[in-house]
Amino acid sequence: MSSILRGEAGTRHLLMGNEAIARGALEAGVCVAAGYPGTPSSEIIETLAGVSAQQNVYVEWSVNEKVAMEVAAAGSFAGLRSLCVMKQNGVNVGSDFLLHLAITGTRGGMVLVACDDPGALSSANEGESRHFARMLEIPLLEPADFQEAKDMIKWAFELSEEIKNVVMVRSVTRLSHASGNVIFGKLPEIEKKAFFHHEGSIMDPLQGPMSSLPVVYKHEQQQEKLKQAVARYEESAFNAYSGPRSPELLLVTGSACYLYSKEAVSLLGVEDRVGLLKLGTTWPLPPKLLEKYLGLTDKILVVEEVIPFLEENIKISAAEFAARVGPKTFFGKREGYIPQVGEMNSDRVVSALSKILSLEYEAVPESYSQRALELSNSGAPGRDLTFCAGCPHRASFWTIHNTLQMDGRQGFVCGDIGCYSLAMLPTGFNTLKTLHAMGSGIGLASGFGKLAQFGMEQPVVAVVGDSTFFHAALPALINAIHHQSDITLVVLDNSGTAMTGFQSHPGLGVDATGNQAPAIDVVKVCQAMGATVRVSDPFEPEKTQQTLFELFEIQGLKVLVLKQMCALSPEKKGKKMFEVSVDETVCIGQTCGCNQLCTRIFKCPGLNWDKEKQVSKIDEFICVGCGMCASICPSGAIRKKEVA
Amino acid sequence: MNRMNLPFDPYNVIITGVGGQGNVMASRIVGNMLSRKGLSVTIGETFGASQRGGSVMSHLRISTGSSWSPQIPNGKCHLIISLEPTEAMRVLATYGNPNVKVLCNTRPIHAIGVISGDQQYPDLDEITAWVAELSEAFWFLDATEKAMELGNPILGNIMMIGAAAGIGVLPLDRKDFEAALAENLSADKLELNLKAYDLGVGMVQ
Repeated sequence: MSSILRGEAGTRHLLMGNEAIARGALEAGVCVAAGYPGTPSSEIIETLAGVSAQQNVYVEWSVNEKVAMEVAAAGSFAGLRSLCVMKQNGVNVGSDFLLHLAITGTRGGMVLVACDDPGALSSANEGESRHFARMLEIPLLEPADFQEAKDMIKWAFELSEEIKNVVMVRSVTRLSHASGNVIFGKLPEIEKKAFFHHEGSIMDPLQGPMSSLPVVYKHEQQQEKLKQAVARYEESAFNAYSGPRSPELLLVTGSACYLYSKEAVSLLGVEDRVGLLKLGTTWPLPPKLLEKYLGLTDKILVVEEVIPFLEENIKISAAEFAARVGPKTFFGKREGYIPQVGEMNSDRVVSALSKILSLEYEAVPESYSQRALELSNSGAPGRDLTFCAGCPHRASFWTIHNTLQMDGRQGFVCGDIGCYSLAMLPTGFNTLKTLHAMGSGIGLASGFGKLAQFGMEQPVVAVVGDSTFFHAALPALINAIHHQSDITLVVLDNSGTAMTGFQSHPGLGVDATGNQAPAIDVVKVCQAMGATVRVSDPFEPEKTQQTLFELFEIQGLKVLVLKQMCALSPEKKGKKMFEVSVDETVCIGQTCGCNQLCTRIFKCPGLNWDKEKQVSKIDEFICVGCGMCASICPSGAIRKKEVA
Repeated sequence: MNRMNLPFDPYNVIITGVGGQGNVMASRIVGNMLSRKGLSVTIGETFGASQRGGSVMSHLRISTGSSWSPQIPNGKCHLIISLEPTEAMRVLATYGNPNVKVLCNTRPIHAIGVISGDQQYPDLDEITAWVAELSEAFWFLDATEKAMELGNPILGNIMMIGAAAGIGVLPLDRKDFEAALAENLSADKLELNLKAYDLGVGMVQ
């Protein structure tokens, strides 16, 4: 049994933020949970999937975030509590539906959890999801620690059910992927019965059809719901003030920034000068509460990540209350005290506080920090990101890169989001030349492939992963086929949503909960749409290269599916296909014309250069036995022997 | 609940290594052991594609109070557990101070810049001298090599945890280690892990 079920009410557990969110949903009696994998959000659905049978929860990895929201909303329309989960980009994907849902309203409590990634620790952007709450006029909550992550989710369901609209909860990487102590509440025993009432009038939110029509009427209702939420916010224990009665400076913050701010105040020892207002209900801001605390002082510092959302909204409130609370001086992002990019930490808050309060702060003696930095810079070689040892992507990009080089027309590759994004870097031989949203590689290629009429002769290749293929590539692929765009799509099929931890997707024969599911065949889908399709194994570089050359000769849309399981996949991990070794009598090192091709260019972490012997060698601990390096060694010094 | 006296509150530990070495798991075990003692534990970490082959850190904040921020402030680390020698240097540069203690596994993992010959990996003697200069106390342990003798290099991480218990700065004990592991491991694997833990304790005593 999973540890998030094992604990009785009142017991204390060390949980990851995402597990705390999942536990909160279970304590709220969630019935339907849907999402699409994306760091830092994935563990929420994974955790719920692990307990779905015991708790009778329907859990799915949806094909994309928009569908996840729709699946969750169906649960809500049928009277059940439902959850949808995604990273920040996902809210963009789902926002089209969300706009309509927010006006329509919900029935069973519905909570949208968006996990943002300030500093882009594992993203290709540090976009904010909070603005959707304001733009689409739905309540927003932001937990500040692990206990709140659990408690706030439960409260969000109650609030949603009370106001009959979706409630958004925003987490961040440093909360979702951090762990802390959480005291459990009770798991409810509720009867879960789904029924969709649709027989009433369109004006009846509980018995009628679900729609945003008539729009102006429903929009007005939506704004009334927000006012109801604000009334609850005014009393919420998720907003709390600590500090002196008349502080010199009021620091307003929320989310993980609360922990940074609290620590910064303690590092500087200014507890008697700075008041800390932690806000958990961050949109719309509760005006009475804010007026009370803005009245404490005339200096305000707002600490948040990334762009000034809270800060701007507080400034609007300050303007509204100006007659009663007097003019305020703000120290925030607009004023340059807090950066508008990257993630926050205690040191950044210390730096802002030191400037405002004219304090000196030295974490360690400067002589020490300078010396440590100097030694580290010279003594710790940097670690560029790399594909793992035995990663099929390294093999795929090796061949794609070489084929384009040999073709000689300066062809290029358009990519998107996945581990294969690393092909922008030397580990993928700098093969990727565009990198944007999920599915954008094939979309851009569709456009590039129509530029022949303007003299463009460069071969155009797009790459997409197998999970991304279903998530967002299909409409662009249909577009490219319909418009006869002359491009080659390479599907890097590694049998899973590998980057985020092998979640299932529609191309696999299992679903999120491990049950058998009908797999949708990428090859057949492409063939049915009229594409020329070939399949190859990236660990067979010669065959793959030959196939690519053949496809370049064919006009129109071609698909090459490169099929090889991720080296870290549970099925493959720890099992070597080949025993790989270097024949030191054959490897002639620097006298070989290859100029250390294996370690200098191919650069698999499983290879090493033996400086003394001047030969290549295999690192036994790291090599996973894919055998690809044996295929690229021009002198045949790297040998592979099939493991029986 | 058994409340402990900590040398500092919060006591800050960084477990560092290279993506794939298993430091996330190591930090969970240590966190779980201390949480069992009734201490408040906050662990900050990052994972995902951006860590492939890169440096990976877990920040542990151990306190008799409440949750601390998931990132240790600059210069405020008390104990570094480094699963790889040069990673100890990298952590010292940002989080080190003259009173920091360092436990370091001696087995190097070469970055691709080193494999390709673009960068040089320093000699272990050099690294040892640098760590000595920048720390109050340090232990260099051949954990991976010893773990290979037990049949699995990953047990090196368990030896490092044993070593952390052995130096006696934190209320880490064998019973909690056993309990933390028993949740997820079969009996035979548990025994091997306990052996590795004991070897780790022995390495610093």
